Amino acid sequence: MTSVLFDVPGPRARRRNTILAVVTIAAVVAILAFLVWRLSLTNQFSAAKWSVFTYSAVWASIGEMLMNTLRAFALAAVLSLALGFVLAIGRLSDHAWVRVPVTVITEFFRAVPVLVMMMILYYGLPTLGMKVDPYWAVVLALMVYNGSVLAEALRAGIESLPRGQSEAGYAIGLRKSGVMALILLPQAVRAMLPVIVAQLVVVMKDTALGFIITYQELLYYAKLLSSQPGRPILQSALVIGGIYIVMCLILSGIAKWLEIRTRRSPKDKVLEAEAAVLMHEGTDTELLVAQGDGKRGRRQGRDRR
Amino acid sequence: MDAINGNLDLWLEGISYTLLVFFGGGIIALVLGTIVGAMRVSPVPVARAVGTLYVTLVRNTPLTLVFFFFVFGYSALALPTLSNTVLGIMAIGVYTATYVAETLRAGINTVPVGQAEAARAIGLPFGQVMTLVVLPQAFRSVVPPMMSVFIALLKNTTVAAGFSIAVLPQLQSTISNSHTRTGTPMEVLLWVAIIFVALVMLLTWLQRSLEKRWRIAR
Repeated sequence: MTSVLFDVPGPRARRRNTILAVVTIAAVVAILAFLVWRLSLTNQFSAAKWSVFTYSAVWASIGEMLMNTLRAFALAAVLSLALGFVLAIGRLSDHAWVRVPVTVITEFFRAVPVLVMMMILYYGLPTLGMKVDPYWAVVLALMVYNGSVLAEALRAGIESLPRGQSEAGYAIGLRKSGVMALILLPQAVRAMLPVIVAQLVVVMKDTALGFIITYQELLYYAKLLSSQPGRPILQSALVIGGIYIVMCLILSGIAKWLEIRTRRSPKDKVLEAEAAVLMHEGTDTELLVAQGDGKRGRRQGRDRR
Repeated sequence: MDAINGNLDLWLEGISYTLLVFFGGGIIALVLGTIVGAMRVSPVPVARAVGTLYVTLVRNTPLTLVFFFFVFGYSALALPTLSNTVLGIMAIGVYTATYVAETLRAGINTVPVGQAEAARAIGLPFGQVMTLVVLPQAFRSVVPPMMSVFIALLKNTTVAAGFSIAVLPQLQSTISNSHTRTGTPMEVLLWVAIIFVALVMLLTWLQRSLEKRWRIAR
């Protein structure tokens, strides 16, 4: 799509683009150089600052904290998926006494920030005489927030299905539960799979909030490490940050892969064939899209049609 | 109600810091996000690559970690000292900018190809294609998702409480650490939750009415 906005550059445009490219590179290099200059000025590259990472005990602890993060993530992901299904189905109920409270609960959970929910569970409940482990505060807060977000996604998926789907289900004698479980949900889940996985990335990212309520996960350990000799605060943040980014990138990669895979439905294949025919007739734009962004442009061009 | 009436000064401070972080972060996010969004649709491959790298990196970093870098990492660089509040606003701005950039890019993609083609056919250069034809249309379809970005930004301001910035959830520790203040942590936090629900409802209402006003008839 992007490449439809502009022509194949002529000599003047090419010169201007080169200038812009040089400016961009110069800006990026300037920012990086400034950072490196400040870092070396404050001796951040010295061996002493990085020495904590030469101990195997430190890495063993990082592994342990990583497991804590993953433990919270895994349970929160499963529970929020379950809650998402329950809330989505409840909100689509025919009975007002189910639908109205579920709607209120979903909207409430969606509006309260995850951190406030965690604090209510961790700091608030003890005043009512209930002691909550930080682990459970993290898991439950992530569950109620992401569960209600997932519920909205599933509901949107179900409501976007053609009415004929459920009508056909009723026509062959299925009950409400059958129509939901056998016809509507499978299609909605398939359509919403990229959104669901993208929400799981949010769950992963938000486990880091546990740091604020003293849950012993990766970021908590980064803070702990910075009190070691040499005060390696930037170094530990970089190492721990790298671990987070890799984990989230893997999940985002899965989301993107699923999106591409689910798009390859029979209907799309026909469109693809049509697009291929059009490509030979070659209007300017299609040629541009084809040569410009390659596959990405072609796919997006097709969606437009 | 004692939790509110006994600490009116603190509540006022909490709300004003929350709004300060919200608007400060929002302005940084809008400016930076527009620049990055423009880079991501620009005809310059290097700019596109830089924009994509920035968005991918920051979007896959937890906000808490971004705060960690800015609030704790900045002091390690021995630059002029800034208050935690300023650093926090920068952190939340840099984080939200990626969402603004993606929303803008998605908005530009919703404008039908024919519009840009027609604009090019009558000889407009890239700058005019964007400013006269594509962006005015993209703006309308961008408003609802952009409001969602700002609702998320509002909720994200709470993270600042973990870095001793006096936003609303910070009240809980301020009140329970002092002996003279009234209110249990539960009361305080429930009031914080209620304020956020009210603010989010307000923004959602704004989103709906803007959406209605600027809907495109296609």
